[in-house]
Amino acid sequence: MEKPYLFGIHAEPPEALVWVYRALPFVIVLMAYSMLSMTYLAENPGGKLFPSFTMMGMRLWDLAFSFDARTQTYLLWADTYTSLFRFGMGLALGAALGLLIGVNMALFPGMRYMLLPFVTAVSNIPTLALLPLILLAVGIGDMAKVTLIFLGVVFYIARDMYTSVSELPEELLVKARTLGASQLGLVYRVVLPMVMPRLFEAVRLSLGIAWWSLIASEGIAATEGLGYRIFLMRRYLDMAGIIPYVVWITLLAFTINYALVYAQRYLYPWKQE
Amino acid sequence: MAILQKGISVLSDSPHIEEPVVAPQINIVKNGEVLCPKDRMLHIEDVIKEYPTSEGSKIVLDNVDLRVAAGEFVALVGPSGCGKSTLLRLILGQEEATSGNIYLDGERIGHPDERRGIVYQKYTLFPNLSVLDNILLGYRWGLSFTEWRRQKQDIRARAIDYLKIANLEEHKDKYPHQLSGGQQQRAAVLQALIKDPKILMMDEPFGALDPGSRERMQVFLLEQWERTGKTIFFVTHDLEEAVFLATRVIVLSQHYTDGRDVPLRGARVVCDITTGKRGVAASTKSKLDPKFAQTIEHIRDRGFQPSHLYHVTQFDLSHPDSFHTVSPEELEGTK
Repeated sequence: MEKPYLFGIHAEPPEALVWVYRALPFVIVLMAYSMLSMTYLAENPGGKLFPSFTMMGMRLWDLAFSFDARTQTYLLWADTYTSLFRFGMGLALGAALGLLIGVNMALFPGMRYMLLPFVTAVSNIPTLALLPLILLAVGIGDMAKVTLIFLGVVFYIARDMYTSVSELPEELLVKARTLGASQLGLVYRVVLPMVMPRLFEAVRLSLGIAWWSLIASEGIAATEGLGYRIFLMRRYLDMAGIIPYVVWITLLAFTINYALVYAQRYLYPWKQE
Repeated sequence: MAILQKGISVLSDSPHIEEPVVAPQINIVKNGEVLCPKDRMLHIEDVIKEYPTSEGSKIVLDNVDLRVAAGEFVALVGPSGCGKSTLLRLILGQEEATSGNIYLDGERIGHPDERRGIVYQKYTLFPNLSVLDNILLGYRWGLSFTEWRRQKQDIRARAIDYLKIANLEEHKDKYPHQLSGGQQQRAAVLQALIKDPKILMMDEPFGALDPGSRERMQVFLLEQWERTGKTIFFVTHDLEEAVFLATRVIVLSQHYTDGRDVPLRGARVVCDITTGKRGVAASTKSKLDPKFAQTIEHIRDRGFQPSHLYHVTQFDLSHPDSFHTVSPEELEGTK
């Protein structure tokens, strides 16, 4: 049977070529940028808009390994630490509360009547629009960023958990009752352990909105953090600093995403497919 | 047949009158004996179940009456869609009857609880727990945290002993999805029995198994029944399985006639017979008996033939515990 290397639904390239395919889009973008940057710098020596890879590398080295006298820190690491703290806090609070709201809404009709319409309604608010209110309410410190991230993810996670608990087969819940589970036991000993893997998934899917909220809130009002630094560097047209920061954030996001995937697999080996 | 009408004796009020919340005065009389909900382990009377549909409502169970003695192995059969599983869910408390009463040991049944054990065809075990932990649930939820901590080792040892009965000891640390269908069902039977329910309900538990493991499961179940003496209520669509396992076969069917002028009838108990055997040895022997095939044929004739309907006064309710109530309008037009 004919198996083409690239085109058609029967394509089956050899292993080595697969890696070439995978790398291709990255290589194309990097080469395109490189050419753009060279042309630009040839016409504008000393221009800041499209820095070369060397310039970015030097600037990154600077940000990461030279002591900043004004803030008394190494900027990249201090920013990363601050941002990850805010990120983790907001996400963890959102996941915990979202899980509780979702599970309780799904199991208790009383809770469902009271909370479901409200949660559905407020989950439609673009939370960034609330930032001015948040800034007024909790100030411009860490709490503002944590709150924005929290609000961004909590309703999404609550709704996702609500759906997945509702989809549990009723038979298992009935069975648990016949085996002597109390009503609260049903929630915390039967249902919760069964939907924990799904919580990891829900958190993973809300990572995007969490990063969004973090960078946006740091860009608008902050004194340190990855988002703050990017917006600060923008004022000086410091593209050689901004681009490595963006790549660094992407790398962090990627790592966190896969950390969650592997944590879920490790913690819940019973969860197949 | 000589047994005709043996079970009929009383007229209750029209089943469509709403039941009062308090248990009504029961004065059902059968052959001069007054039937009381406390007489038998399970007592079901005048149970009607309607489901709302787009054109009003559909009656699934129409005036079901039933008594089951403790220690009996009851198989419930019937044509597909007749409401076998509905009746099981009503007894389990998973759903509520539109009207009528169900008593377990003289008490009105309520939401699902420890008095009734259940084994389903699917969703037999909790997927997130090992086989051993699944078995332990029944003990665990009955104990307070401190008591559980104190007795844990002891109970674990007992549960492992228990698993030996089902040859599952070596699989105790596996998750359910790593077991075969038959192994899962064996574990599920043990899981339910550990709680020592008054009645063990089973909803087509072996329906998804291949013929070989199915037969082994049937023998396993009979052994467990002999060992524990539990009352078992077994829903199946397989007549051979029903006659092989049960001491009593109940046929639920919508194929019958009565005096009412309705196009579609809800199912009721049209046949209720004893198979005249108890235990593994007797069951295995009974398969060779020509009566085995005759019984199956009889059941098929009684409840599975839309072309050959029996009148409500002609049901074969020959089992001694059987009774049924018939309203005047159901009797109308009776010869």
